[in-house]
Amino acid sequence: MAEPSSVATARVAADPDDASTRGISAWLERRASFMLPFPAVATVALMLAFPLGYTLFMSVQEWNVASANPPRFVFLDNYVTLFTTDTRFKNSIFVTFYFTLLGVTVQTFLGVTLALLFNRQFWGRGILRTLAILPMVATPVAIALIFVMMFHPTLGVMNYFLTVVGLPPWAWTYSSSTVIPALVIVDTWQWTPLIMLITLAGLAALPGEPYEAAMIDGASKPQMLWLITLPLLRPTIVTAALFRLIDSLKTFDIIFVMTQGGPGGASDTINIYLFNTAFAYFHMGMASSMVVIFFAIVLGVSILAVRIRRATWI
Amino acid sequence: MDLIRKRWEGAAYTLLMLVLMAPMVFVFFWMVSLSFRTNVEATASPPIFIPRNPTLAGYQFVFNNPSNPFFKYLLNSTIVALGCTTIGLLLGVPAAFSIARWKQNGLALGILLARITPGLSFLLPWFITFRYFGLIDTHFALIVAHLIVGLPIIVWVMIGFFEDLPSELVDAALIDGSSIYGVLWRIAVPLVKPGLVATAILSIIFSWNNFNFSVILAGPNTRTLPVAVFNLMSFEQFNWGPLAAAATMITLPVLAMALVMQRHIVSGLTFGAVKQ
Repeated sequence: MAEPSSVATARVAADPDDASTRGISAWLERRASFMLPFPAVATVALMLAFPLGYTLFMSVQEWNVASANPPRFVFLDNYVTLFTTDTRFKNSIFVTFYFTLLGVTVQTFLGVTLALLFNRQFWGRGILRTLAILPMVATPVAIALIFVMMFHPTLGVMNYFLTVVGLPPWAWTYSSSTVIPALVIVDTWQWTPLIMLITLAGLAALPGEPYEAAMIDGASKPQMLWLITLPLLRPTIVTAALFRLIDSLKTFDIIFVMTQGGPGGASDTINIYLFNTAFAYFHMGMASSMVVIFFAIVLGVSILAVRIRRATWI
Repeated sequence: MDLIRKRWEGAAYTLLMLVLMAPMVFVFFWMVSLSFRTNVEATASPPIFIPRNPTLAGYQFVFNNPSNPFFKYLLNSTIVALGCTTIGLLLGVPAAFSIARWKQNGLALGILLARITPGLSFLLPWFITFRYFGLIDTHFALIVAHLIVGLPIIVWVMIGFFEDLPSELVDAALIDGSSIYGVLWRIAVPLVKPGLVATAILSIIFSWNNFNFSVILAGPNTRTLPVAVFNLMSFEQFNWGPLAAAATMITLPVLAMALVMQRHIVSGLTFGAVKQ
């Protein structure tokens, strides 16, 4: 790394007899750009590199931690099983993407709509905007617990609301055909504000000139929205959606608390299946293989996300 | 006439926004409302919205439950949250200062990678390691695990605050003969104090809310609140009053902290995707 110019300046400026130009402190001063980040970088590296290396190693072993048998080297057997005979794993990939894509689509649409509606002065705007933060920080386990009670088919308040407006009751998380949409409702409740607030920040940063020009040309409000605001906002919206996409793939708390993957595996995401393989069945080798595949999926989506983001910024 | 019409339009718009944002507030309202209800009222049909005979029985159940020592779990959650935040700040602040000052983008990318990595890919190896060393059910294991989530966030958010600092201040102090470490400690850190507080609160919230690391690494002695609430849920399936009381008790501190630092929370949650 190049010697930072400011440190060099400081050395020249200091008295040559000053202790700070000699010995350990001088060395520390010269190496500041290495020494300052070193503890954090070493910690992150240890926390990141060691687990990933160990997981890779574990993924080619067969090992049940609950049994007394030591790990046994099986090479790629775990991966072969996952990609061929393990239908539960295939299902979990499908469920993960179903949940993620449905959730992110709904949240992006709602979040952008709300941001556009928030982007003007009205009484109570500040308070409502502040309240929008709360779902994102509320403890997910507690929120999931409240939704479990609200989703109860007979005693829950949600079905009461449906009957009040004349709709038939719904099974929510209690049926395999409705469980993912129901979980998406919880996820949407939690994370739509994020997309809304990011978009709102993007709206505040838009330049004024295009609107003045459009006004002079006699453009209508919907025209301005479709032809100026949304195109200019696209990078912001894409960033927000991609951000949610990466996090949504990793959703664990609400699904584990509300359904534990049920009913009948209908909400059995990769995360849930992998968690159970490791900590309910104690198949550490198999679970490690899943971690490797899952990590590759998340990393792949993230790299794709960065690419897309770069393309949309231009 | 025009002014009156404008007023009406304004009121109508506020009403529209209130209706649109109502579902968001309703969940919190329902949580608090359930927590003050008797079990009969909690599961009444049609539902009761405002408790008719408000009761503290739910809270009493949570607090005076020998098999579920709430205060102990509260203490555990606090120890772990403060522990991982303190260590996280000590490690993360110098790193963020350095990354911001010398534009160490490679390091920033590494920190980002730690943020993207799924939590479970850390959990498996750490579980095996901690189990090997007999560290399951210790505060140490939980603090280390929560640090994995907290440290990248601390570094990332603090980079933003240090970047906003005029570099002339640091340069001037360096020319005056101060060491870079002295500048960081005596000039840069005091100047970003509001950011430091915001970052600390964000880290505390992340640790407080964490479930998947704690559920595996905590035991009877170190159980944190989210795990305790989850356990309560399996034992007291239809005891809705106490369940809601527990949910309220664990969520309220977080909501209060978030409201205090609302200005900074979005940049923290989006991990720097947006600056506010």
